[in-house]
Amino acid sequence: MFETVSGVPVDPVYGSGPLPGEYPFTRGLHPDGYRSRLWTMRMFAGFGTAEDTNARFKELLAAGSTGLSTAFDMPTLMGRDSDSPWALGEVGRAGVAVDTLADMEDLFAGIDLGAVSTSMTINGPAAILLAMYIAVAEGNGVARADLAGTIQNDILKEYQAQKEYIYPPRPSMRIVTDVVRFTTAEMPKWHAISISGYHIREAGSTAAQELAFTLANGFAYVEAALAAGENIDDFGRRLSFFFNSHVDFFEEIGKFRAARRIWARWMKERYGATDERAMMCRFHTQTAGVSLTAQQPEVNIARVATQALAAVLGGTQSLHTDSYDEALALPSDTAARIALRTQQVLAHETGVTNVVDPLGGSPFVEWMTDEMERRAEAVFAHLDELGDGSMLEGVYAGIDDGYFVGEIADAAYRFEREVNANRRIIVGVNDFTDGNDDADPGLLRIDQTTEEYQRKRLDAVKTDRNQAEVEAALARVTADAVDSTTNLMPSIIEAVKVYATEEEIAMALESVFGTHVETAIV
Amino acid sequence: MLAKLGLDGHDRGIKVVARMLRDAGMEVIYLGLRQSTDSIVAAAEQEDADAIGLSMHNAGHLTLGPAMLAALDDAGLDIPVVIGGIVPEPDVAVLTRAGVAAVLGPGASAEEVVATVRRVVGRR
Repeated sequence: MFETVSGVPVDPVYGSGPLPGEYPFTRGLHPDGYRSRLWTMRMFAGFGTAEDTNARFKELLAAGSTGLSTAFDMPTLMGRDSDSPWALGEVGRAGVAVDTLADMEDLFAGIDLGAVSTSMTINGPAAILLAMYIAVAEGNGVARADLAGTIQNDILKEYQAQKEYIYPPRPSMRIVTDVVRFTTAEMPKWHAISISGYHIREAGSTAAQELAFTLANGFAYVEAALAAGENIDDFGRRLSFFFNSHVDFFEEIGKFRAARRIWARWMKERYGATDERAMMCRFHTQTAGVSLTAQQPEVNIARVATQALAAVLGGTQSLHTDSYDEALALPSDTAARIALRTQQVLAHETGVTNVVDPLGGSPFVEWMTDEMERRAEAVFAHLDELGDGSMLEGVYAGIDDGYFVGEIADAAYRFEREVNANRRIIVGVNDFTDGNDDADPGLLRIDQTTEEYQRKRLDAVKTDRNQAEVEAALARVTADAVDSTTNLMPSIIEAVKVYATEEEIAMALESVFGTHVETAIV
Repeated sequence: MLAKLGLDGHDRGIKVVARMLRDAGMEVIYLGLRQSTDSIVAAAEQEDADAIGLSMHNAGHLTLGPAMLAALDDAGLDIPVVIGGIVPEPDVAVLTRAGVAAVLGPGASAEEVVATVRRVVGRR
């Protein structure tokens, strides 16, 4: 029985035309939306040492979080160990530090990996961290086939926006494709890529650019997997997406609806998918970190709530709500709990879960959906032309010639000028500034002892391991990297199991693949 | 001269700042991502930089800020260093005491950024 707070019964869906659950899925992927299954409340967390983050994971699960999401620190994201000169000052600061399997064991200690779903935000070294996750599970008697979750593994947007790349685009695509092929064959409950617009948007793009660049990257991964001989209906089901929910309410809802429609059409019409599950754009959403202000940070709770509501009305499959203190530091316990509670209010009090796509049929929302699609299609046409009929080559060309970074930087600067000229009001920043001098909220601080602790721990692991085994395993990783027909995953899993470090494995690959250096363009 | 020191890849802010300064009539050199204190010192010396701006979003400022100052000192260069990005209020005083010329936090306006750079350069 679904009824309003006043007792008025409501149907699962209103309106006619293609309904939720029907191709092209503009109105949603499932006929009964959130009635049978709420979105996954997946809070992104990671800081300090593996033990610190393990404790936060357990708090979030106890507070009603329904999936885990791991934030790694910058050295880990870049394939560097905590004792690298490059890691100075960055160990455990923006995420959790993971150097070896020993850290990964601590990170997931006491958590049943056969029962929880885990998302890992990592790209350049995605294959290495996935290998560690598999090794932890197998060490605890959980088969890799039973693991559920997502590895971001979306390297293309790194060159466009997030900038956490290691190798040049083409060899990186081989690693991505190896992960897709490996998980397709051996991990039926795993999402091999989370094709991410989030970082594109945070770097400054518009909503339409986020939509267009993200889906274009998706088409590129599809073409790479097809070229490797994979079946579109098999791997198409394992792709998932990750979008930003920004501050302009209806623009965001139009963007989410357009994403489902465009993806379904392209997968069916251009790439020949026949299984509807391979046409479904499933996505995770995170509220817009960049929209949060350091001034009067409590006001961010209101921003996050409206952005989260847009994501829910847009039909997201899972959601991270930002903490109000994120413009200042990583979330404190209190701030993270309020962010999760915000989702619980939406899910259990507001009634928005009773009806699927409640805004479908609104002239404005339908127009906005169409407009987002038109703008995205214009970008696809440009990339298709750049790539001479190949979206994969078009995306490579757009990376090589600075198209993506240029478009994003232009949009970011346009926004900043509007704020500076007071043509755009941001509460607490350029208007309504009374209260800006209030005491700062209790922030999470990561002290320098984390770095020292992590280095000692890494030393201890290196002392205890069998060095000959490590060297043999690393030699096999390098040999497999040379042979492009061999999947890299088995040798990487073998290497992590003998406690080769993340950086050692990353460097074994780098010796074959080389590095990528971005040309600095302002 | 603007640079991203260390591994931090957040470059939206520094690129916006580069354009703000350029539009204010300054000559701006952006060294890009993944710079080390050595590479910044070398470039600053070669380009005869009037000021160095570092953007930090990864909470590494208390380590990397002083490391930059020490590297400039070792090279005998007296160039003011401005840090922008996510720097919590209590850390601003720590950095200033260590010798950082100015800290620009989130929400700093274009006028504030330009005025700060003019001020620290004018002090030389």
